[in-house]
Amino acid sequence: MSHPSTYKPASGFDKWLDDRLPIVRLAHDSFVDFPTPKNLNYWYTFGGILAICLVIQIITGVILAMHYVPHTSMAFDSVEHIMRDVNYGWLMRYVHANGGSMFFLAVYIHMFRGVYYGSYKEPREVLWMLGVVIYLLMMATAFMGYVLPWGQMSYWGATVITNLFSAIPLVGEDIRTLLWGGFSVDNPTLNRFYSLHYLLPFAIAGVVMLHIWALHIPGNANPTGVEVKDVKKDTVPFHPYYTVKDSFAIVVFLILFAAFVFFNPNGLGHPDNYIEANPLATPASIVPEWYYLPFYAILRAITFDIGPISSKLGGVMAMFGSILVLFVLPWLDTSKVRSMRYRPAAKMFFFIFIAACLVLGYLGGKPAEGSYVFYAQIATAYYFSFFLIILPLLGFMETPKPLPRSIAESVLKTPKAGDATTAGAHNAPAQ
Amino acid sequence: MTTEISDAGPSEDGEPTRRDFIHIFAAATAAVGAGATIWPLVHQMNPDASVLALSTKEIDLSSISLGQAIKVMWQGKPVFIRHRTEAEIAEGEATPMGALKDDASRNDNLAEAVDATDAARVTARDGEARPQWLIVVGICTHLGCIPLGTSSGENRGDYNGWFCPCHGSHYDIAGRIRKGPAPENLEIPRYEFLSDTVVKIG
Repeated sequence: MSHPSTYKPASGFDKWLDDRLPIVRLAHDSFVDFPTPKNLNYWYTFGGILAICLVIQIITGVILAMHYVPHTSMAFDSVEHIMRDVNYGWLMRYVHANGGSMFFLAVYIHMFRGVYYGSYKEPREVLWMLGVVIYLLMMATAFMGYVLPWGQMSYWGATVITNLFSAIPLVGEDIRTLLWGGFSVDNPTLNRFYSLHYLLPFAIAGVVMLHIWALHIPGNANPTGVEVKDVKKDTVPFHPYYTVKDSFAIVVFLILFAAFVFFNPNGLGHPDNYIEANPLATPASIVPEWYYLPFYAILRAITFDIGPISSKLGGVMAMFGSILVLFVLPWLDTSKVRSMRYRPAAKMFFFIFIAACLVLGYLGGKPAEGSYVFYAQIATAYYFSFFLIILPLLGFMETPKPLPRSIAESVLKTPKAGDATTAGAHNAPAQ
Repeated sequence: MTTEISDAGPSEDGEPTRRDFIHIFAAATAAVGAGATIWPLVHQMNPDASVLALSTKEIDLSSISLGQAIKVMWQGKPVFIRHRTEAEIAEGEATPMGALKDDASRNDNLAEAVDATDAARVTARDGEARPQWLIVVGICTHLGCIPLGTSSGENRGDYNGWFCPCHGSHYDIAGRIRKGPAPENLEIPRYEFLSDTVVKIG
């Protein structure tokens, strides 16, 4: 949160630099002596984990780019060259490929945490919206990255997704040709995806800085949703309390990461992507990476025409709408109580929402036929109802539980039984 | 001169001033300049000359025996060419319009869309129908998969044409969608016959 600077230049050089470019002061005030609510639990460590994910992806990605060839005749072979010939190439590629999955795992937890604790509410709307921008950039980046190995799933995934744009009325076909640079997914497509896949992570890094800036104006939200009232009683300095807590969480997360990289590096991938792209043969089923599956299920759940909107366009609109709705979430949730810890009804609907997302993820990997479509339609209906009906109405209808008077009061009381997310034990060192 | 310089906005009598004109003119020039700069940055992504150079393809049909079909690449897309038998032509012609999911011809050789009769599906650029040759773009109109049924032994679906394994679309002997999620008939590319056995696609 905005607070008076406590930075004291330690040496003559520090003083000299501080008068000219107060960058050390900025770092000190942002990451050392930054007053942070003392009750943040482990769900709040995923911001730091995500920063590490981005760094890992950029470092391994820059290295892979030194060995990869973005041409349809050589891309697939150059990936195998990285795997077999380049020193530690297998490690770089497996870390990069699994790093994408880990990145999305962390971002989903980070987003669900934001919804549960109402982190998007006033005065943090812009912070939340910047997060949605980062998420959209991540999806675009990951999609284009998956095309680069030029396997069967790369090629056909790119074909299906770029074909979505042809559903746009009037200009759809032209946009698709513009994306392809030809009349199908081909070498020009691969080249531009490579260029953009290299560019976008740096755009993400830029928006991440805005995201942190927007976080540091009001300061962190916290599990009670009660704002800091007394900086002395309610907060602790970011360092060492949260640098240590975040570091511990990062280490635990990296253990999971390493388990995938070293023991099941292809577990989250698709075997068909080890077959070189063939424009004349479609794989039996085209499935995207796991982190897109819920949206793929929503896309395919719209099997019926809605008035003048064809089922194809309707599916595309529902899919993009399912993400764009997040931008207006701060205004859809009408409740004045931030944290769902004190909103019994909202909490119940929230866990059903998580279940709906998981069901959509499961159905997205199944063929679009029979009862799978029916269940995907029900889950899609719930997904949109949660944002467009339940959260707007609940703010008026629900009776929230009493809020603690302050963060200090909430951590000094014993957490109530059944309130698992408070994780009182975690907070002990911070008190 | 200095007496004429005034703040932007209308002069006292409400008429636009010379300064207003300069502002609008400068802004308009900058807008045109910005547009002229952006267009090359966008248009470079459109198909380049080397891609467009491959936009037509000539194929010798003499090696395709009766009842056989082949797959050729055109503009990076597969094109199916089927040499149809008399029985298959009769089957296509006998299909009533009411049985079709998409009743538009989807034939780029025709100036305007007509009913998807069998004859309308085999008409070349010169307007002549050659029912023994069916030429369609082999991309499912649903989400762009390649339907099966061209090579012998492949599943040709319930209507003896093509079957898309991705989401179960069935196309008939004239490439028309009959069952499944695909919204449109298989597209027919522009083509002309250079001789009885050589066709130029594109």
